[in-house]
Amino acid sequence: MDTELVGTLEERTARRTPRAVAIEAIGPITMLGGVIWAIAQPYRLAILHPHGKGFYDWVGQAPLLVILVGVFFAGAMAPGIVEDLRGER
Amino acid sequence: MTPRAEIVHWLFASGFLLLGMLLLAEAIVGYDVWRKRRWRTYLWPSLAFGIGVFLWPVSVFFTNSTLHMVAHASWAETAMIAGAAQLALARGKLHSRWWTLAVSVSMAVSGLAFLIHEQNPWFFSRAAFLHHALGWTVLVAAIFPIGQTLRPRAFGWNVGFAMTWVTVAVLLFADRDLAPIFGHLSPLAGAPR
Repeated sequence: MDTELVGTLEERTARRTPRAVAIEAIGPITMLGGVIWAIAQPYRLAILHPHGKGFYDWVGQAPLLVILVGVFFAGAMAPGIVEDLRGER
Repeated sequence: MTPRAEIVHWLFASGFLLLGMLLLAEAIVGYDVWRKRRWRTYLWPSLAFGIGVFLWPVSVFFTNSTLHMVAHASWAETAMIAGAAQLALARGKLHSRWWTLAVSVSMAVSGLAFLIHEQNPWFFSRAAFLHHALGWTVLVAAIFPIGQTLRPRAFGWNVGFAMTWVTVAVLLFADRDLAPIFGHLSPLAGAPR
């Protein structure tokens, strides 16, 4: 068997501990919450309803803010934390 | 050109949501893994301190009564005190774990500020309901930092503390300038908008 492939699988298995899964899930769950809110209340998004919207309506699009927080956590925080978890093993 | 109150609350809600997520991640992986990158130790205390700093312009420019201004200023002060104490602990300037109680005291003061400055009953309007809900949430949750002080690595206390800020974020995101709550809106509150 290709040792490189085995190595990759081992790394993936090691990464998928319950704690790692939980960390990797925080961002996407938050993003999902924002998406569901955006679908439920599309009028909260100035992007979809730009008519009559002022500067602050564009800055404070609540569902987008939730999605952005999720994206930030998933992109900037989670990978490093999971890497450190793997290192601990 | 001033933003509506609900938009300011949503922006702060984003900060509290991130704060809760960071604390939740720390609770899940544990203190030792979290400290493997030094900058992460400073992250949530800095965020709490920053929220306090940004609450000052809100207190000065975006409040419409003395009572509101004093309440917002008290939240600014307590957030900065709690963040500063945690930053000093992270940096090693403070050593006693009892300094964690500064967070508990800050939360108790903040919760009381919510409850004292809301003059209307729970179902007067959405904002009144949220003030009561936020006040009791933060006041009751002040027990979590006490637990963290006594048993710093206990999962339950750390998750409880983290979820407190996620809850605060959800409540702030639920804020509207003038809206009913569970179908109730006092005629004295005005027309929904």
